[in-house]
Amino acid sequence: MNAPLETIEISVTVNGERVKRSVPARLSLADFLRNELELTGTHVGCEHGVCGACTVRVDGEIVRACLMFAVQADGCKVDTIEGMSASRELEEVQSAFVLTNALQCGFCTPGVLMAAQALLRDETNPTRERIREYLSGNYCRCTGYQAIVDAIEAVARARAARNAR
Amino acid sequence: MKAPRFAYARPASVAEALALLAEHEDEARVLAGGQSLVPMMNFRVAAPKVLVDINRIAALAGIEVAKNHVRIGALTRHVEMERSADIARHLPLVAAAMPHVAHPAIRNRGTLGGSCALGDPAAELPACALALGATFIAAGKKGERRIAARDFFTGLYATALKAGELLLAAEFPLPKPGYASAFGELARRHGDYAMVGVAAHGSTQGKKFSDMRVVFFGVADRPQRAAQFERALDGRPAAAKTIAAALAGLDSDLSPRADLHGSAATKLHLAKVLAGRVLKTMEGVAA
Repeated sequence: MNAPLETIEISVTVNGERVKRSVPARLSLADFLRNELELTGTHVGCEHGVCGACTVRVDGEIVRACLMFAVQADGCKVDTIEGMSASRELEEVQSAFVLTNALQCGFCTPGVLMAAQALLRDETNPTRERIREYLSGNYCRCTGYQAIVDAIEAVARARAARNAR
Repeated sequence: MKAPRFAYARPASVAEALALLAEHEDEARVLAGGQSLVPMMNFRVAAPKVLVDINRIAALAGIEVAKNHVRIGALTRHVEMERSADIARHLPLVAAAMPHVAHPAIRNRGTLGGSCALGDPAAELPACALALGATFIAAGKKGERRIAARDFFTGLYATALKAGELLLAAEFPLPKPGYASAFGELARRHGDYAMVGVAAHGSTQGKKFSDMRVVFFGVADRPQRAAQFERALDGRPAAAKTIAAALAGLDSDLSPRADLHGSAATKLHLAKVLAGRVLKTMEGVAA
């Protein structure tokens, strides 16, 4: 690709399914997922990378979908809350969120789950302090975070206990 | 908001990127990690006509340890620096700074080159580059040139890079034996831009401070060395009381401007408190 284009053909694997679309260069990955693919679990909050509601996984790593253009995901694998729920990858964390009442309005929850899953994948048994630090990029305006940290901690402890056996 | 319209190009090599930048000059911006540029576009503070996306130029990424320096490619992401054993071993100042750079999802995308080329006065990596005496390597139509960190940051969101130039890498000299470093910042929320931050590097050999480079960020239009403070440390015992006595030097070194975080006096106070706390954590400093 060389000449700059305002509209580009892209091919992205979203939740395991290959999709091809022609997109304007200025379309964010978040808006692509929501408006083109109707995957509205990826929420758009601040649109400048601060709130974390649009967090998705691109090639296995969490990113802000509002700070990436859809065209940049060309050839990449994107996982959203819909795919990760359907595959049951998030089942244990989601159950813990239900048990501890870790969500109220739910706006931040998909992004929080993305961050939680990344932390639990990379680190065994993180402390509460570490969980808070890791989630510092995800705003929740309802819960005061306490129950969110409780939920993630519960999963971490349960996994650590299982691994110790 | 959403980004304004632009045309997008994704060069596969440095040569292709340079050709695009030469062709579109002032109308083009380089898109690296996009973690600062895209918010600026969404705010309509930046409205480049052409974005040159360098994310697929593999040659621009990576960390290499050479005989006298560590070379970090411009496209190296914060997460790679955060996790690199080479950075932890050779550039502990950079390793210490990484957890303070925004949040994990941002560090997965943000790059060394993007952070430095933007010249944000509250950013961590420019301060580290200045404290460690790094050299930036840029390519343009006329070939490559080297720019010392002290000449690179020229003002608020301004650097010595010219239109058409692409930042390739930064070379950080390997610290000499007996050198140590310390890093800290104050932010309202972990990972937010610093109200004030400090990156310090120097020798504590022979239980004395020498060759100290103490850089403050978030207090001026660019990362700023504290000359009086450094002079007040030089040659004196590497101890907490030397640091405490030297803090008065910051009154003349720094003249922070009031901002959203507080008045000028508050920021100067915070700079002193932070420097007092952080310098004490340098290896070789007695309590």
